[in-house]
Amino acid sequence: MLQIKSLKVFHGPIEAVHGIDISVREGQCVTLLGPNGAGKTSTLSAITGTVRATGSIRLQDEDIGRLPIEERCKRGIAISPEGRRVFATLSVRDNLIMGGATRRDKASLTDEIEEWFSQFPVLGERREQPAGTLSGGEQQMLAIVRALLSKPRILLLDEPSLGLAPQITARIFRIIKELKAAGTTILLVEQNAGAALEVSDYVYVLNNGLVSRHGDVAEFGDGAVLINELTGVQQ
Amino acid sequence: MDYVIQQALNALSFGAEYALIALGLAIVFSIMGLVNFAHGEVIAFGGYSMVMISTVLTGNPWFLMIGVLVATVLASLTLERVAFRTIRGADLTTGLLTAFGVSIILQNLFLLLGSPRPIPATQFIFLDQTLTIGAIRISSLQIYEAITTVVAIGLLLTFLRKTTLGMAMRAAALDFEMVRLCGVRANRVIAGAFAISGLLAGLAAIFIMARRGSVDPHMGFNPVLTAFVACVIGGFGSLPGAVLGGFLLGITEVAVLVLLPQEYGGLAQAVVFTLVALVLIWRPDGILSPAQEKGDKV
Repeated sequence: MLQIKSLKVFHGPIEAVHGIDISVREGQCVTLLGPNGAGKTSTLSAITGTVRATGSIRLQDEDIGRLPIEERCKRGIAISPEGRRVFATLSVRDNLIMGGATRRDKASLTDEIEEWFSQFPVLGERREQPAGTLSGGEQQMLAIVRALLSKPRILLLDEPSLGLAPQITARIFRIIKELKAAGTTILLVEQNAGAALEVSDYVYVLNNGLVSRHGDVAEFGDGAVLINELTGVQQ
Repeated sequence: MDYVIQQALNALSFGAEYALIALGLAIVFSIMGLVNFAHGEVIAFGGYSMVMISTVLTGNPWFLMIGVLVATVLASLTLERVAFRTIRGADLTTGLLTAFGVSIILQNLFLLLGSPRPIPATQFIFLDQTLTIGAIRISSLQIYEAITTVVAIGLLLTFLRKTTLGMAMRAAALDFEMVRLCGVRANRVIAGAFAISGLLAGLAAIFIMARRGSVDPHMGFNPVLTAFVACVIGGFGSLPGAVLGGFLLGITEVAVLVLLPQEYGGLAQAVVFTLVALVLIWRPDGILSPAQEKGDKV
């Protein structure tokens, strides 16, 4: 589905990612783990096209690495970005309409939005409210649903648990699990290793802009070793 | 009493004109952070297109009005394509200097290809008639101006709220990159903003031409400077702010002219700008400056 080869990412003159290979197969949930500054978000930004990058990024055998941001979205890349970035002064419903902005089937988009509202009543009850008035967890749900409404081939999730209470984090990860069960292909970036390992099939560990370790989720056990490795804290 | 009503209408129509032009500046600024000083030349181009169409095609005023609107929309879109697309994403100063450059080039083109002297074009003068209602004598143009502004604002609001492109424009004012991540083409959103800005410039051009009956190369520059001040008062980048700033400025100008004793008439501008300065000390970002939504992380 998604094939990344020798990817380098630049922020101005600084190289943040030094040539990494990542691949995601259809229906898989792949996680990028790593400490702050390891290059996780940079990698996702390279996939969506918001930073300068070299190397090849292929989505279903098409090189999308040179396409502008909006064309990549049309090819099937959608992201729930770091910090959620909901449109604060737009209503919850309008945020979702923006998520489906590329779709031509406006009638079925409206139906789908209604379906999501019944699935997440907290969003449905606040459909006319500005998205900025939602809580962090609700905004995260909104950002995920907004991304899904473009009917992506692959969903990128950048630290969905960031700044959320443990119960809300558990809720968000239940949603991710359900999405995966429904067949969504997911590339997840997380610092919460324990929760991430539970939903993933395959894991890449990033450190200082390089992949330091990767393998099937089974090889990582319950993540305790990994957490020690990432944080340097003995538990 | 009649005097008060007359002056109130005066204030309203001044304010309406400033609001129309300020809105044209604000909609472009809110989306791409560009202070488009060439907006005034789009207005002047509206005036020249009126002269051209009336010489070549027809002098029918209704046809001319449509012609002016089409001409200003096309001019605005052309400026975006030729001048402003290349500096998209550059910082505020680059945009500002480019806009001034474009403005100077266009003024000189008008001088070279047109004339340094005003060219008469009187087809819209018929809009400006004196109506007598009871003891009150008012100008019909002022009423048209106020009504058109209100209708234009209403239509703009509906467009921004109900259409996907309108929503994308509102969203782009908050987070342009996120709009692109939703698959909306940046070019479409920005061209949309310039088209609306051109349409508003066209409306302003029609009213200015109806009042002056002639066009000269600099006719748009001063109104845009005033509209810029209106934007600053209201909060740059805020559309309601532009409208509020426009009307406030119009009302203040008229009020100062009316209340100031005759012999101090020359001080009117000074008083107006002192008031503007006081507003800015009270609210440095303008009265309705958009809230800075930072989210709960980053």
